[in-house]
Amino acid sequence: MDGSSTQWIPRPPSTRVDAFRGARRILRGVAGWLWLASAALAQAAKIGDLTEVRWTEQALRFASLSDPAVRHACLGTVLLGVSCGLLGGFLVVRRMALLGDALSHAVLPGVALGFLWNLEKDPLAIFVGALVAGFAGSAVVSLITRTTRLKEDTALGMVLATFFGAGLCLMSMFQRLPTGNKSGIESFLFGQAAALGPGDLQLMGVVTALVVGMLAVGYKEFLLVSFDPGFARVLALPTRWLERVLLLLLAFAVVAALQAVGVVLVSAMLIIPAATASLLTDRFHRMLLWSAAIGAVSGLSGAFLSFLGTRLPTGPFMVLSAGLFFGAALVFSPRHGVWPRWNRQRSQRLRVAQENTLKAIYQVLESGGFPGETVPVGALAARRRIDREAALGEIGALVRGEFATLSGDTVALTPSGWQRACAIVRNHRLWELYLTQDACIAPDHVHDDAEKIEHVLGEATVRELERRLPRTDVDPHGRPIPSVPAPAPGGRAPGDRPQGGVIGYGGRP
Amino acid sequence: MSGPEAGSTSGGPVAPPLEIHDLTVAYRDKPVLWGVDLEAPAGKLIGIVGPNGAGKSTLIKACMGLLPCASGWVKAFGHPVSESLGRIGYVPQRESVDWDFPVSVMDVVLMGRYGRVGLFRRPSAEDRRIARDCLDQVQMLPFADRQISNLSGGQQQRVFLARALAQESDLYFMDEPFAGVDAATEASIIALLQGLRDRGKTLFVVHHDLPTARDYFDWLLLLNLRVVAFGPTAEVFTPDLLQKTYGGRLTLLSEVAEAVRAKAR
Repeated sequence: MDGSSTQWIPRPPSTRVDAFRGARRILRGVAGWLWLASAALAQAAKIGDLTEVRWTEQALRFASLSDPAVRHACLGTVLLGVSCGLLGGFLVVRRMALLGDALSHAVLPGVALGFLWNLEKDPLAIFVGALVAGFAGSAVVSLITRTTRLKEDTALGMVLATFFGAGLCLMSMFQRLPTGNKSGIESFLFGQAAALGPGDLQLMGVVTALVVGMLAVGYKEFLLVSFDPGFARVLALPTRWLERVLLLLLAFAVVAALQAVGVVLVSAMLIIPAATASLLTDRFHRMLLWSAAIGAVSGLSGAFLSFLGTRLPTGPFMVLSAGLFFGAALVFSPRHGVWPRWNRQRSQRLRVAQENTLKAIYQVLESGGFPGETVPVGALAARRRIDREAALGEIGALVRGEFATLSGDTVALTPSGWQRACAIVRNHRLWELYLTQDACIAPDHVHDDAEKIEHVLGEATVRELERRLPRTDVDPHGRPIPSVPAPAPGGRAPGDRPQGGVIGYGGRP
Repeated sequence: MSGPEAGSTSGGPVAPPLEIHDLTVAYRDKPVLWGVDLEAPAGKLIGIVGPNGAGKSTLIKACMGLLPCASGWVKAFGHPVSESLGRIGYVPQRESVDWDFPVSVMDVVLMGRYGRVGLFRRPSAEDRRIARDCLDQVQMLPFADRQISNLSGGQQQRVFLARALAQESDLYFMDEPFAGVDAATEASIIALLQGLRDRGKTLFVVHHDLPTARDYFDWLLLLNLRVVAFGPTAEVFTPDLLQKTYGGRLTLLSEVAEAVRAKAR
């Protein structure tokens, strides 16, 4: 029956644990991309102009928007951030993140064939080629899942790799061709926002307008078909068409984004902003808005960072910015963030420690039959089974919380300290009483449980316990259960003292 | 139970809320329901009982057109089901959705109104009022703004029920609405269903617990791969028929089903 402090910290709900695991996986993915990006950067530096460019000048040039290439890059990356962010929201809540990855990789052979069409960078030919390849990829996935026992994730993984490999082969063949304007084809791997032309922008504008318009008009339908497709069908919604439109929009967004982000990283622009948004809110429409905003800002900062150097690829910087936003949300998100949660747990720990000290002071007073109002530090240390130094530390925490005062070698509780002490002892003993009486648990089993529960019983639960228990004056071990004195600014009301004939804690001088 | 013919505009006999003729359903070529025939009376609370794998969920899903039928047809209120979906309400199994989805309880109940709101239009204030009212009927109004992942199993079940109420249908299919629900909630839900029945609705409820089935339902559908019996509870809840439903293994029927599947491979 010692008053040893049991630090009871509520475990986070399992969904959060899942979110964390997911986040860790994404971070690991980002690390992988970083490695890839650094390789690309090294190459970019090699082939980059030898002329030194001052990054401050470049930053000014970017900020002034005087350069049409800068304006194009800004507009394009914002557009792609919005469309990818919105559609990524659907992928994330439907647990289909891998689909975005597969689709973006599967378009590469189409891009290469689009180039081959008239041996130069024609946005429309590339767009059509990429779309065709994307749909061929998703058709193969559904064929594999329908006709074999393989599950969708396996099929997606296979198609992703195979199509990407085929695309790489085609591109290397194309680069060995003697004729044709090859400039620009490598930008499809890692993205080059600075290479966006008016034709690319028109395409991106149309696609983004389409995505925003469709989702605004059919938000409620797309929400239902994502949440509960069976119910949507019973409501006679055209679920099949809704699914197709969603997939079509996704393919449009991916293909339109290729030029700026690159095939390798476009799926990150689908998933990371949406994953970040899901840490920030619990409502789908807000999540979509957050996701679009984060996508746009990441796109813009990616364009900016890549503009600072010469011929730096845009995609890696864009994804890096998005990853930074995700990291920030992971740490600082008010509800799900690591930092606010750590803070909450810390204040909870402090509160539990304070309450344990208060309880020990009460018990020391009680064991002497409430002889006076002060407790020697030594007695408290003995009760807590800690040394004097540690006891003084705990008392210090109480003094800071204005629950007690320390004068010389004795501790005295303030009115609010006395109130908290009574409340915690009452919680403990009521819970023991409940466990032994209502839950039929043996009296010698209930103490440890009560040690934890006493700190978390809320006002409503205590009222409920009082209502259920036939008598609330003596605990299973025969000790009186104190009532909690009403908070009085100057002291306690005279009637507020432990019940059961025990001499109460008298009025304070 | 064809009451006064007020509901019929043509003056002819009132069409039954549900009519099934020779319905056979197969999963991957393996028949899981054989030749189901039934004609449901209006204004009855009907329990569907049978052992695991008897095809209870399959039957109601096929009735609503969620599963393809290998043969036969289903009519609701005298029309093919696809034309009368507006009069059908549905409570799916709780596990059929992802409860971590970022929507609130109110959002989910409003989904019940989507069929009436119409395609690409927004729910009106009236729809919201109805949704709140339905939440109140299942005692979940205080939870309206909670995210659905913070609910217990019984609360999730009641949210689904409220969503079905918001559909304001005449014929309901409910897939195990009592699964994971405590006894007190079960009692309040059954009272709610009986209230719907008293207002002339027809309800098909997949139910797992045989002892309570007798008290809860007006009619019972005993199902085990085919309809063993369908009728008023007092007539159908007999040791003989229950034995036929639960006890006697339908060895031959399942063996043939297995053989059909093996052949189809």
